[in-house]
Amino acid sequence: MTTYALPFEKPIVELEKKVQDLRSFSQNQDIDVSQEIEQMQQKIDDTRRDIYGHLTPWQKVQVARHPTRPYPIDYISNFSPEFLELHGDRLFADDHAIVGGFGKIADKKVLFIGTCKGRDTKSNLKCNFGCAYPEGYRKALRLMKLAAKFNLPIVTFIDTPGAFPGVESEERHIAEAIAVNLRESFTLPVPIVVVITGEGGSGGALGIGIGNRVLILEHSYYSVISPEGCAAILWKDRAFADKAAEALHLTSDALLEMKLVDEIIPEPVGGAHSDYEAVFENMKNAILRNLEELQELSTEELMQQRYEKFRAMGVFEEPEVKKKK
Amino acid sequence: MPFFRKRTQSTLKVRKRDIPHGLWLKCPSCNEIIFKRELDKALGVCPKCEHHFQLDRDARLTMLIEPDTFEEWDSELCSLDPLEFTGTASYSSKLEQNMKKTGHKDAITCGRAKMGEYPVAIGVMDFQFLGASMGSVVGEKVTRLIERGTEERLPVIISCASGGARMYEGMYSLMQMAKTSAALARHAAAGLLYIPVLTHPTTAGVMASYATLGDVIIAEPDALIGFAGPRVIKETTQQDLPEGFQRSEFLLEHGLLDAIVHRKNLKQTLIQMLEFTSAT
Ligand SMILES: [Zn+2]
Repeated sequence: MTTYALPFEKPIVELEKKVQDLRSFSQNQDIDVSQEIEQMQQKIDDTRRDIYGHLTPWQKVQVARHPTRPYPIDYISNFSPEFLELHGDRLFADDHAIVGGFGKIADKKVLFIGTCKGRDTKSNLKCNFGCAYPEGYRKALRLMKLAAKFNLPIVTFIDTPGAFPGVESEERHIAEAIAVNLRESFTLPVPIVVVITGEGGSGGALGIGIGNRVLILEHSYYSVISPEGCAAILWKDRAFADKAAEALHLTSDALLEMKLVDEIIPEPVGGAHSDYEAVFENMKNAILRNLEELQELSTEELMQQRYEKFRAMGVFEEPEVKKKK
Repeated sequence: MPFFRKRTQSTLKVRKRDIPHGLWLKCPSCNEIIFKRELDKALGVCPKCEHHFQLDRDARLTMLIEPDTFEEWDSELCSLDPLEFTGTASYSSKLEQNMKKTGHKDAITCGRAKMGEYPVAIGVMDFQFLGASMGSVVGEKVTRLIERGTEERLPVIISCASGGARMYEGMYSLMQMAKTSAALARHAAAGLLYIPVLTHPTTAGVMASYATLGDVIIAEPDALIGFAGPRVIKETTQQDLPEGFQRSEFLLEHGLLDAIVHRKNLKQTLIQMLEFTSAT
């Protein structure tokens, strides 16, 4: 499917090249090498399993940023061919870095929200590489309130490096847009399922990331700061991003252990980009299961559960004696 | 700090070595040599150019509330090092240093006090403690302040400052934005007043949560206020930043702030707001 290889995928690429060479050799010479190819294929699978079974945090960040990784719009289109996109924040503009609209997941009506990075230069620019402006967050909130009005569950897909750090963002108050989304997300009387599908870039991710359930795709990351940004501040050099990625505990398993996400959605060996159908299936099942569970809760229970879930996040010490509640 | 406007004129004839060390300081905005005592009397405002110096939490509380009315809440909350973070220095050693430096356990002090005749739940952030970055303790104390304010039907006032996220606490740090905002949703639903006061500098996660969720948002003059830092913006966009960018006056002009209030009028203005919004 892809010719783009990450640096640590080099052994796989080399083996794949050998197989190709062998194939063309056999065609030219009319010799049967199917047995050799089968062996090589086995070796490729083993190598891939081995590499993907031992990814470092920094390597996972690279997988999360893979240019052919399925993006939110790919999940939405796959689940819901009838997806009805709704545009604009009614205040300033339509931000292409965040899409939203009516859709279905296995015949279940929902409201989808998703970030958009774009696949090629033209769409990258149109979507600002997935970095939303204030109008993106305000559009998302408008649509979430629409969902609340018509009692539709909300499903949010997040894959963004972060909110856009630009002059216009500040002039239109990106911080306020995110803050209002956070506060209002706790007042929505419908189930909300959030999925981190790639990059969970700080406040820009959290701005559409409040839900009753927060799921994360296995090789995604979710971090308070990009590894490069953290390295630049603490190591005074962006080249230490691998060290920062390790220190930040930004991988799915670390986040699950810290109880900051609820569930890891497994990726196929070789990452989500290696097998779209498999990851669509895993994703769909996980979302449906969570939505079904949430449907059992009353409106009050939903809002209370969401509050308590985020209320509990944080680690600190408090001497028992002085405790009063 | 590079973002202060530079003015070079100075008329003061006193030379540095004429004054014992620690009794004077130089205004970063107008370069005036100011006696510390004089500055303290003026609430940390330069008598010449009105530059607002940063205040530590004690000075700020003293300035805002009625004497002997402060009852501190949750003072014993203490940060842990859940990620066992080690970069150039370990988080635990940084915490220790900052506790020693400030005499406080983290970057915010919270409690109940009176302003004029009005009882309030008040929080004061202190830039001196790790740049008033928001970790679990700041988030928890702010959340408890707001929750208790809701329970006891008190207005909440938070003097905000923050240089960024508490990176050492990773995603725990980010999630404090969520829980503080959640608590404000309930405080707002109870029909209670919340006022954040933005001081120099208020940025990042604090800015994208409780600093911008006020019924009324007040800032001190010339404070740096924004989500991303000016250097990050410049590096990312390669754009020249407009004059006065991310300063209080710029944000008033762009519609975020209700008012910019000189420090000498801050307490009185807040009391007026309490009066206008009180039931009686
Ligand atoms: Zn001055």
